[in-house]
Parts: sequence; structure tokens; C-alpha cells
Amino acid sequence: MFKVRVIPCLDVKDGRVVKGVNFVDLRDAGDPVEAAIAYDAAGADELTFLDITATHENRGIILDVVRRTAEACFMPLTVGGGVRTVDDIKTLLRSGADKVSINSAAVSRREFVKEAAEKYGEQCIVVAIDAKRVKRAGGSDRWEIFTHGGRNATGIDAIEYAQEVVSLGAGEILLTSMDRDGTRQGFDLPLTRAIADSVPVPVIASGGVGNLDHLVDGVREGHATGVLAASIFHFGEFTIRQAKDHMVRAGLPMRLDP
Amino acid sequence: MTVAIIDYGSGNLHSAAKAFERAARSMEDPQAIKVTRDPDAVYRADRIVLPGVGAFADCRRGVDAVDGMLEALTEAVRVKARPFFGICVGMQLMATRGKEHVITEGFNWIGGDVEKIEPRDESLKVPHMGWNTLDMVREHPVLERLPLGPKGRHAYFVHSYHLNAANEADVLARADYGGPVTAIVAKDTAIGTQFHPEKSQRFGLALISNFLKWKP
Repeated sequence: MFKVRVIPCLDVKDGRVVKGVNFVDLRDAGDPVEAAIAYDAAGADELTFLDITATHENRGIILDVVRRTAEACFMPLTVGGGVRTVDDIKTLLRSGADKVSINSAAVSRREFVKEAAEKYGEQCIVVAIDAKRVKRAGGSDRWEIFTHGGRNATGIDAIEYAQEVVSLGAGEILLTSMDRDGTRQGFDLPLTRAIADSVPVPVIASGGVGNLDHLVDGVREGHATGVLAASIFHFGEFTIRQAKDHMVRAGLPMRLDP
Repeated sequence: MTVAIIDYGSGNLHSAAKAFERAARSMEDPQAIKVTRDPDAVYRADRIVLPGVGAFADCRRGVDAVDGMLEALTEAVRVKARPFFGICVGMQLMATRGKEHVITEGFNWIGGDVEKIEPRDESLKVPHMGWNTLDMVREHPVLERLPLGPKGRHAYFVHSYHLNAANEADVLARADYGGPVTAIVAKDTAIGTQFHPEKSQRFGLALISNFLKWKP
């Protein structure tokens, strides 16, 4: 039976985990490779690295992190952040990433998604969508795409955008609600559901997880095929296993392999 | 003993090589894992692995682009009967034809076409991306001691097409995704998995170990 995925996400800056990971005794809580090994052992279904390195000179560091992770962890790895060219994708895949997530580069140039999917296959191209609810005078609310961590509005409708990138070859959507991100109030379920129901590819819900019921809601109400969370796992509040056990109790199909 | 992992420009080579190295390390007689694009090395190897991600036609072009590779591979597997492991599109290439976007000839080691999966349940997304259990169709040394079935271990899939084998005898295991999905095929000295053993944690490493021990 096909299972729901639980995906921890690590923000990596200059080769270091931002704020560290403290759920297990690590020699170095800031080393993304150590954190990846711990999540692998804990039964995470996939792992996502988001590279938030700002300076161009340090951008190559993530490749070494990916390479060392792929040497130690035999689990699926998605890497995103600063992916702008087909060459960026190539070097990440060659280093050991299984999927590459594209964000702003797809907003500014949609054809990039098509070029990437044609070259490397739709299955490894994830488009990350950061969406925010926008009030429209005289009309109903809608969700629009924001870039640069939610700072830049684009005026692009999130549902139309999701459909467009999927038609160009995105094999998965990583959907983050900028309204919920960091709030611990749960996923934006209407947003998640609206996107998940309008595209044929898997949608991963992200942004706002504060408790384990939120994970269940993301799948049940939001129709996501996977759920992504960061802080509830990184700081030892809940283990991956606790999350999965909770989801099993709620009736969701989960992978509990030892 | 050497295991040749064929490098024809397909991504994901690094992960496959590392997983085979890890599995080989825990074995009694060590096998050297060698990533190579040299047809001679493939011809001489004791075992051969063909990874593959991306589109069927692209992967086929990649193999053809290495001068003498297809001949060396065919000779080693079909004549010298060397054990062969195809992964994902590497497995699909064993089929008669691929029907992803365009019709492309496969190696025709296993009769059948590579076709789009069409889950009957509309809520199931394509690609089939994630973890699924496997149902055994027939026994085989590479499946030894692997817990299969609905309560068994999971394998990691990422694909939209699968090998629809013409002969049931060539299928070792299937997954269920709104209908049957071919998960493992085997014929003579060749096996192939639609899923990624190098990404399937302990289950994947156990399967790779079984392949490295297999003496067909």
C-alpha cells in the first residue's frame, strides 16, 4: 500500500543548519550531514535541504553537504534554494540529490521548468510555491505567489501558476503558506486543498505545523500526499516516529519500517 | 570481483555507487565497485549495474552515445551471462519498447512495453512518488529473506511509466497503485527494479546485497 510521506526540512546556510538540530545527541548540532543521518535513522520518508546561503562564493558548499549526505544516507533527498540554471540542477543531481526544487527562477522564467524537466525528467523537478492570501477590493480573496521569503509580491494567482508549472513539467509541488509559516497554527488547509485538487502531481504541504494533528489535517483536509515540517522535529518536540504513530491512529497509511 | 556501474551521463550515479559500496563492504568476499563509461570495463566486469533517471528516450540515447557500450553490455549479459541490475529507467530499458512521449526501442531482453501508469483511483497522483509495499509474484534468490507483502517493508518509487511485461514469468514483484505496477523483473541473469534500492534505506541495501551474492 502506498504511504503518506513525512518530510523534515533543514535550512542550510553556508553549510550549516540554521538554528541547529537538537532532537538527538549530535556531536555537532549544526552539521546538516549529521542531522540527515539522524533523520534517516529516525525513519523520515524524505529529507529536504533548503540552501539559504546568500553569497555567491559560498554557493558551492551545499554540493559538498549533498555529496556527504548521499554517502551516508540511503533515502530520498530534495535540495532547493538558489537553483537558477540547468547546470545548477545537473551539479546537484550529480552530487546525490534526487529532486531539485525551483522557486523564484520559475516565477521569473516559466520556460526554465520545461527545460529542466525535459533534460532531467519531470520526476526530479519540484516547483516550490510560496503563496499568501491577498484581499481584493470588490472581489473574493485569492492566493498569490510571493518570492524572496514572502517579501516580494508578484500578483500571480497561485492556482493558475501551479497548473502552469505542472503543464511545463513540474513533477511535484512544494507548497508553503507564507501566512502560516512560523505561526504554528497549522497548514493553510483551503490553500493546500485548492492547489492539490487542481493539479495531477503530488503536493507537499508546508508552513505552520505546530502539533501532530496539523500533519493529519494536511493530508485529510488539505489533500496533500506528503507533509513537511521543520521546528517541531528539529527541537525534539516530537520524533518522526511519534508523528507517524499519531497519523496511523488517525487512520492514515504510514511507513513504519525499522 | 568487480561490479561495473555504467556511467552514461544519467544523474543519480553517485547515490547508486555509494549504496553498492556500502552493501559490498558488509560481504565476505569484497567486490570492487567501479563507476565507468569504458565498454571494455563493462565487458570484463563480473556484475553490471545500469542506473537511470529521466526519460526513456534520453537514457537510451545516453547509452548509444558511448561508443561500443551497447555491444559490450549485450555481450556481457546475454552471452557471458553476467548478473545485471537495472534501476528505474535502467530497468525499463530492458523492455522491447518505451512509449514515453515517443516510441523508442529498448534492449528487448524482457518482452513488453514501458507504458504510462494510470491509477484507477483519481485521488492518486502521477508520478507515483513515495513509499510502497511489494507483492511477490514469484520467488527468486534476490528476494531471499526480504519481508514483502502488505505488512512487509517499503521501497521508494519515483516514476510515471512502468514495464508492462508480456510474460508473467518475467515479473518478480508488483506494487499496487490504483492497479498493478511492475516493481521487479527478472530473466536469466538480469534483474531490474522500478523503484530505487539506493534510496530505499535498509530494505534497498538488503536487496543490493542479495544481488551481489547471487550466483545465477
